[in-house]
Amino acid sequence: MNWADGESYVAIFVAFFVIRYVRNFLETPTRLPDWDMYFKRIWLTGFILMGLGEIFPRPWLIWFQLIVFLSIAYTVWQLYDLRPARTLLFAIAPYAIISCLESLVKSLSHSFYKKTDDYFESGATFSIIWLITFAVIAANQKKSLEKIRLEREKEAEQRRIIENKKNELEYLVAERTAEITRQKEELEEALKELKTTQTQLVQSEKMASLGELTAGIAHEIQNPLNFVNNFSEVSIELIDELEEEHAKPDRDVELETEILADLKQNLQKITHHGGRAASIVKGMLQHSRTSTGQREPTDINALSDEYLRLAYHGLRAKDKSFNATFTSDFDTSLGLVNMIPQDMGRVMLNLFTNAFYAVQQRQREGGDPNYKPTVTVSTRCVNGEVVITVSDNGTGMPEAVKQKIFQPFFTTKPTGEGTGLGLSMAYDIVTKGHNGTLEVDSKEGEGTTFKITIPA
Amino acid sequence: MGSAGMLKILVVDDEPDVKDLFQQRFRREIRNEEFRLDFANSGEEALSYLNGHASEVILILSDINMPGMSGFELLRQIRKDFNTPPSPVVMMITAYGDPNSEQMAVDLGANDFLTKPLDFAVLKQKLKEIV
Repeated sequence: MNWADGESYVAIFVAFFVIRYVRNFLETPTRLPDWDMYFKRIWLTGFILMGLGEIFPRPWLIWFQLIVFLSIAYTVWQLYDLRPARTLLFAIAPYAIISCLESLVKSLSHSFYKKTDDYFESGATFSIIWLITFAVIAANQKKSLEKIRLEREKEAEQRRIIENKKNELEYLVAERTAEITRQKEELEEALKELKTTQTQLVQSEKMASLGELTAGIAHEIQNPLNFVNNFSEVSIELIDELEEEHAKPDRDVELETEILADLKQNLQKITHHGGRAASIVKGMLQHSRTSTGQREPTDINALSDEYLRLAYHGLRAKDKSFNATFTSDFDTSLGLVNMIPQDMGRVMLNLFTNAFYAVQQRQREGGDPNYKPTVTVSTRCVNGEVVITVSDNGTGMPEAVKQKIFQPFFTTKPTGEGTGLGLSMAYDIVTKGHNGTLEVDSKEGEGTTFKITIPA
Repeated sequence: MGSAGMLKILVVDDEPDVKDLFQQRFRREIRNEEFRLDFANSGEEALSYLNGHASEVILILSDINMPGMSGFELLRQIRKDFNTPPSPVVMMITAYGDPNSEQMAVDLGANDFLTKPLDFAVLKQKLKEIV
C-alpha cells in the first residue's frame, strides 16, 4: 500500500481541522500557551510518520490517530476543571476508539475487516452522531459558561466600581475626619485659652474689687487713726493738767477724779478705734488672700458690717458728692456660722457695691427731690438656716435684666466699669461653696433685694 | 454773760466720739465759759437744733460726709433759712480734702474748709479770732 495515498492526506487534513477546532473551542493559545506551541503542530506528525515510512511498524495511521487523540486527551486533562473540555473528550472518545480499532483491524487482517466492515461502518456513523451531539452540548456548555463568565465579569466590574466609589468615599471621610479633628483640636486649644483667660479674669475681678476697696479702706483706717491720735494728744493734755493740779497746795480732788475718769475713757476709746483699724486691715488681707476654701466659724454680722462700710466708702471715694444711708439690722443671736469668710466677704462686698451703685444711679437721675438713697442689710435665723438680705431703694431692674444677672460677663455697667463676673462668682460661692441659695427680687424704679440663704 | 445767752458752737458729725474729743480739747475754754459746745449727729438734728437756738449760735463746724443729709445740704439750708445777721460762721470739715469739695463748700457759702485730722491748735486760733 502506498503511503501517500488519498486516505492518508484526508486523515492529516481531518486532524488539522479537528485540532484547529479543539484549539479554538478550548482557547488553548490563551489558556495553555506553552502546550499550544506543540499542540497546534501535532497534525504535522502525520507527514513525519509518512516520511519515516517503512522504518516504523505499520500501520502508521493508527499511530497518527493515537498521537492526535492522546494530544487532545492530554489537552483536556490539563483543562480538567473546564466542563466543556470534559464533554468534548466524551464526544470524541467513541469515534477515536472506533477509528483506531478499525485501522487496527484493517491492517492486521484485511479479510476479517472485510467481514466486519458493516459493523465498523455503523459504529463510525453512530460515533459521528455521538460526536456531533456532544460537540453541540459542549458548545452550549461553553456558551453558558461564557455567559456566566460575562456576568461574573460584569459583577466584578460593578464591584470594582463600587470599590472605587467606596475608596473615594473613604478618602473623603478620612479628609473630613482630619478636618474635624483639626477643628476639634483648635476648639480645645481655644477652650484652654478661654479657661486661662477666665482664671485671669476671676483674679482681676478680685483685684478690681480690692481696688474699689482701697479708697474705702483708706478712709476707714484714717478715721479711727484720727481718733487714736486725737485721744492720745488730748490725754497728754489731761495728764499735764492733772500734774498741774497735783502740784497745787489746794488740790481740787473732784477735778482730779474727773480728769482720771476722762483719761480712762480716752484709753478705752483709743483701744476701740485701734481695734477698728486693725480689723479693717485684717479684712483687707483676708480679701486679697487666696481663699483657703476652708469653712470656719465666722461672725456674719461683723463681716457684713465691715464690708458694708468698705463698699460705701469705696464708692464715695470715687464720687465725693455721693451720700447714702446704710442701716444694718442684725440678729445678734446668730453667733458664729460656718462659712468660708474670704468668699462670703466677696459676696457681701459685691452685693453692697451693687446696691450702692443702684442708689447712686437713681440719685443721679434726680427724679425725686426727696429721694433718700438707702441700703439695708439684715441677718436672721430662719428654720435653722442663716438668711442674709441686702436691700436697696435704687433703680431696680426690668425682668429681662433680672434673668441674666447671674450669667458670667453680663453687666449693665458701661464698658470698662464692670467685669460682669461679680454676681456670677457670688452665685457660685453661695450655691456651690456653701450649698445655699441666692435669690433676687427687684422692681424697676423701686429697688432690689438679694437674699442669701445658707445652712447654719 | 448768762448761760442762756452764751455764744454757742455747734459741731455736726455722725461719729459720736467727736463729742468727747471736742469736750476734752476745749475743756479749759468750756470751764472758763468762753463759749459752749453743742453737738448734733446729723444734718437733720443740726437743723432742728438751730430752729431753737439760731441767734445764739455763732459758729457751726460740720462734717461733709454723713449718712442722710450731707454737710453741703446742711450748709445750703443754713444759708437759706438762718441768714438773719449776724449770720453764723460755717466751717466745713471733711476727710476727703479734694479741691472740688472745697470749691463747692465756698460756693455754698462756707467761711472755711478744714480737713481731717483736725489740727486743734489751728482751730483754737481761728475760734479766738471769731469770739
